Parts: sequence; structure tokens; C-alpha cells
Amino acid sequence: MRLQTSFRTAFRALLRNKLRSLLTALGIIIGVAAVIAMVGIGNGAKKQVEDQVASMGDNALMVFSGSSSRGGMSGGFGSAGTLTLEDAFAIKREIPGVQGVTPEVEGSARISSGNQNWFTRLNGVDADYFSIRMWSFTHGGPFEERDVKAYAKVAVIGKTTALEMFGSEEEALGKIVRVRNVPFTIIGVLAPKGASFFGRDQDDTLVVPYTSAMKRVLGVKTIPRITVSVERGKSVAMVVEQVSNLLSQRHRLPGDREPDFSIRTQEELANMATATSKTMTTLLGFVASISLIVGGIGIMNIMLVSVTERTREIGIRLAIGARGSDILVQFLIEAVTLSLLGGMIGIGLAFLAATLIMRFSPMPVYITAGPVLYSFAFSAAVGILFGFYPARKAASLDPIEALRYE
Amino acid sequence: MAPIIELEDLHKTYESGEEPVHAVRGVSLTISRGEFVAVMGTSGSGKSTLMNILGCLDRPTSGGYRLDGIQVSTLPRDQLSDLRNRKIGFVFQNFNLLSRTSAVENVELPMLYRRTPLSAAEQRRKALQSLEMVGIGKRAGHTPNQLSGGQQQRVAIARSLINDPVLLLADEPTGNLDSRTSIEILGIFQRLNDEGITILMVTHEPEVANHAKRIIVMRDGRIRTDNLVANRLNAAAELGRLPAEGGA
Repeated sequence: MRLQTSFRTAFRALLRNKLRSLLTALGIIIGVAAVIAMVGIGNGAKKQVEDQVASMGDNALMVFSGSSSRGGMSGGFGSAGTLTLEDAFAIKREIPGVQGVTPEVEGSARISSGNQNWFTRLNGVDADYFSIRMWSFTHGGPFEERDVKAYAKVAVIGKTTALEMFGSEEEALGKIVRVRNVPFTIIGVLAPKGASFFGRDQDDTLVVPYTSAMKRVLGVKTIPRITVSVERGKSVAMVVEQVSNLLSQRHRLPGDREPDFSIRTQEELANMATATSKTMTTLLGFVASISLIVGGIGIMNIMLVSVTERTREIGIRLAIGARGSDILVQFLIEAVTLSLLGGMIGIGLAFLAATLIMRFSPMPVYITAGPVLYSFAFSAAVGILFGFYPARKAASLDPIEALRYE
Repeated sequence: MAPIIELEDLHKTYESGEEPVHAVRGVSLTISRGEFVAVMGTSGSGKSTLMNILGCLDRPTSGGYRLDGIQVSTLPRDQLSDLRNRKIGFVFQNFNLLSRTSAVENVELPMLYRRTPLSAAEQRRKALQSLEMVGIGKRAGHTPNQLSGGQQQRVAIARSLINDPVLLLADEPTGNLDSRTSIEILGIFQRLNDEGITILMVTHEPEVANHAKRIIVMRDGRIRTDNLVANRLNAAAELGRLPAEGGA
């Protein structure tokens, strides 16, 4: 029998039981849609991180103050206060290939202006910070070296904070905000960056000179973090090595002791973040694949019913000269058509789901050709695999018995 | 010219229950081209088993069967399929048409399984021609449930002839039909036989059998009598004597 004729026969048999065909294919439809959407969500998260690396500078590295641990409780990176401003100056002064250095102090703060107030993150940084982190401005501009030296009461505000406090970004410029009763004048509004790797809103911030932050607001002497950017074309790893040596010297650490600081490159942080999403993607894809297999079992079930129902038809076909292989191919094509149609509808459904997810949630979904092809091929394979047994059963029927079947 | 059917000491034994069942026990038979043979016998006489073997649907336990010069008793399954497709046309008591499939597509069905397929247009042309030949060309687009029993049997005959078989096997072809329609169908068989087609028909009604040229009676798996028909009935003449359809 011609393949073309076989496909037509299969289509007709499926159209005869439209609802049943649809319900049978539903398992595959949901399976395929789930695989594509899940992997799409995973890839979206990964791509977001990659975009952030690009936006934050893959040439940056961070030095964290050693973690304090008392009685088995770890305070996390930067909690011990082993880094000083002098460490930051020394890095800038002594290590070649360093483009910018900024000490960073951080604290939560309630800020107010008029009758508005908002709980935000206060960042104290050097003037280099904005170029290291590739922040740009929608209004106004950054503070400068002399502002830092003068303990100036100037601030740069993130988009989220500006909207919460003043209703719009334009309004924020030139306004005065009080941070623990210290008035700061807003001289710039940062362009938005969205959520960080770890889900924190980077635009919810108030950035002030570290001098002002340390002395006027937070009252601290040590700094939890130093961010360093490396000149283009220079090896990040080399700078990491040199910073490590320099700080060990300055902190007078004997060679065999654990250093009281740690260094992470931007890339390492990104990898940490993507490792989680990769595991999730694999896991979700795997679970969704199981639903494809369940869909295949549904196809097998219905094909077995169909073979029994159409025993007489099979008998007629065999009597007038169909070979066993003709019958096998006919039923196999029916099963494959069912699973491929399911696959195609599933792909459509996945794109629809992606559009809806992106419309109604902040989650990015990034559908690539890979999972689409994979799940389409997988659904074809499922059709062949689970269609084979019923088809073989049909093909091996005895024509005399089949013709007698009521 | 070789005979169409040559059976030589044919046996068929079923090993199903405790005792083996000897359905056919030593049948030798020759049927030549152009014959019209009726096979009679009570149920259990072995005539159905013999028909299945003659139709290449089943294989004998021992003995030889030549169909159109080909020894078929030992052929594998696929080659039996091809023989059924090219050499044999089947007409069944219950028509065995595919439901929800139009008459013309039912007739086309055997052509789909030819080893050397024809073009779709050629298939359609031949199928319509075949329907025309059994007087039902106007109903080509109807599905079986839109057709009367007699019309369905005509479609089945058109289907059986589509691959130009050497043998037409009819198993109780009038069993589900009223007497007038039965005679019409037998008339078609007689006309086809006059045109040179060899027909073997199983029936248990002597009146139906009398339309054939030769009657074989089976009993207990053997041929009991094998005679030419002395007073052959002519379906066309009978129809002429019957009152008109739906008659007064």
C-alpha cells in the first residue's frame, strides 16, 4: 500500500472518532507543552542571569570580608569586618591592570521625605562604583571623587525607590531625603536593572558616598566588600591572584592559615546562580517527559481498543489481499499520526503558555529550537513505540477468525 | 491449459480439543476454467474448511493444492496474501463491506494492496467501471448503510472482480437476501460465468445450487457426490416470470 494512501486511511479513521482521538492525544499535547514550557522557563532564568553578567561587567571581582563564625553560626560573607578602607586604597594603588575600585558598605534604612517614607537598601560607595557596575542614569548623574572626600550629603536613587517616594523619576531629582535624620540631596536617578541573580530588586536602593554612609549614617569602621574592575584585555584570574597576595600580606597571614577574606569573580557568582536553574531545568524536563510516556500509554490503550473494534475490518482487508505488514503499517501510522498531531498542538500550546506567562508574570520564558525538536521527535518515538504492540496484534490476526468476529 | 483448481488428497486436521478434528479427510478435485460449481453439505460436512483452503485463507495439513498452476499448500503467509489479492475474488454471505466507506472506495480497496499499484485516477476509473458492470454505477457514492442488501452484494461482487481474478469464491452469497434479490445476484453470477469467469459457490439451498453447472456434495470431510446439473435454472428467465418489483 502506498504511504500516502496509508496516511489518508489513518486520518479518516481518526476523524471518525474525533473526541476520542483528541482525548487520546491530550496526554501527548500536555506532555509536549509541559516539556517545552518548563525548559523554556529554565532557559529564561539562565538567560536572565547571563544578561545580568553582561550588564554588570564580566570583568568585575568582589572581595568579601571573612565570615564570622561564633558557636557554629556562620554570619556569611562580609560579616567579620576584616577589610578596611586602606585595603581598598592599596588595591587601587599597587595592583596593575585594575581599572576601578570601590569599597561598599550596605545597610537597611528607613528614608523619608515630607510625609512619605520607604524602607530601602542604603549603599555607600566610591565614585568608581557607577562605571564598575555599568550603571547609567535616566536623570541627573553620579557623585564625584570630591563629594566622597567632602563627606557630601548627596545621593543617587534607584528607580523603584524614586517611584515609591516621589511618584516619578523626574520628581525625585533635586529632592531631599532624610536617612536616619540626615538629609541627602538627590542628584541622579539610576536606569533600571531589574532583579539580581538571587532575586533582589536592584533598583530599590539609595546610593551615597561611602564616607557619608560610614560616618553619618551607619557608624562603621570596616567594610564588608570591595568591588574591583579589571582593565579590558587583562586577565581577571591574574588580578584575583595579586589581590589575594596583597591582602594576605597586609593582614599578615601566615601561609597555612585560612584567609580572612574571600574573592569571587562575577563569573563565579553567575555560575552559582545558573547551576541551580540548570538543575531545575533538567528536573522539570524529566518530569514533563514522564507525562509524555504516560500519554504514550494512553495511545497504546486506545489503539488496542481500536484493533478489537475493527477486527472485522482487519479480516476484510486481509481476505482481499492485505499483507500483515500492510495492516501493521496502517495501525502504526494511526498511532504516529495521533502522537504527532498531539505534538504539534502541544508545541502551539507551549508558545501560548509562554506568551501568557510573560504577560502576567515577571518570569522570562525563552523557548529554543532544541526542546521543540526534542519533544516533537520524542512524541513521534512514543507513537511508534506504543503503537507497535497494538499494530502487531492487528497484523497477526487470523483472517478467518477476524472475518467471523461479531 | 492448466485447471484453475487441482486438489490432491487434501487433509485438514484441527488439533484444538482433546481429540483431533478431521475436518477434511482426503479430497481430490479438479475444476477447470469456465466452470460454475456449487458446493453443498450440512454444517460440519467440511465445506467451510475446504472453502477457506481454496481461498488461501488457510493451509491444508497435508495434500496438494494447485491454484492456476501454482502450488499453494506450502506458501508463506505474505505470498498467500498476494495470491488472494491477484487470483481470488471473495463474495460473502454478510457482504463484508467496510462501513462508513463509499461503495466506490470499497471496490477500490483490493487495488490498494496490489504489489504494483495503479494511479489514483486509474483506480477510480476501474472501480466505477466495475460498479457499472453489476448495475449499480449510480450508487457509487453511497455508503453500505444507505444501500439495500442486494445492492451491497452487488458492490461486493464489483470488489471481488476488480483485480481480474481467475476464481470467484462465493460463500452463501444469497443467504441474507430475499428470493427475488437472490435470483438477481445468481443472474449476475451466470452472466459473469458466461463471460468466462470461474465460480465456486457454497450454498445449502438446492434451488440456489441448481443455478450452477456442477454440484459437489460434501459429507464428513469427503466428497460424496459430484454431478453435472441436469435441469439448470436460468436466472434471467426466472426474473421474467416474476411479477415486477414492488409488484401487484
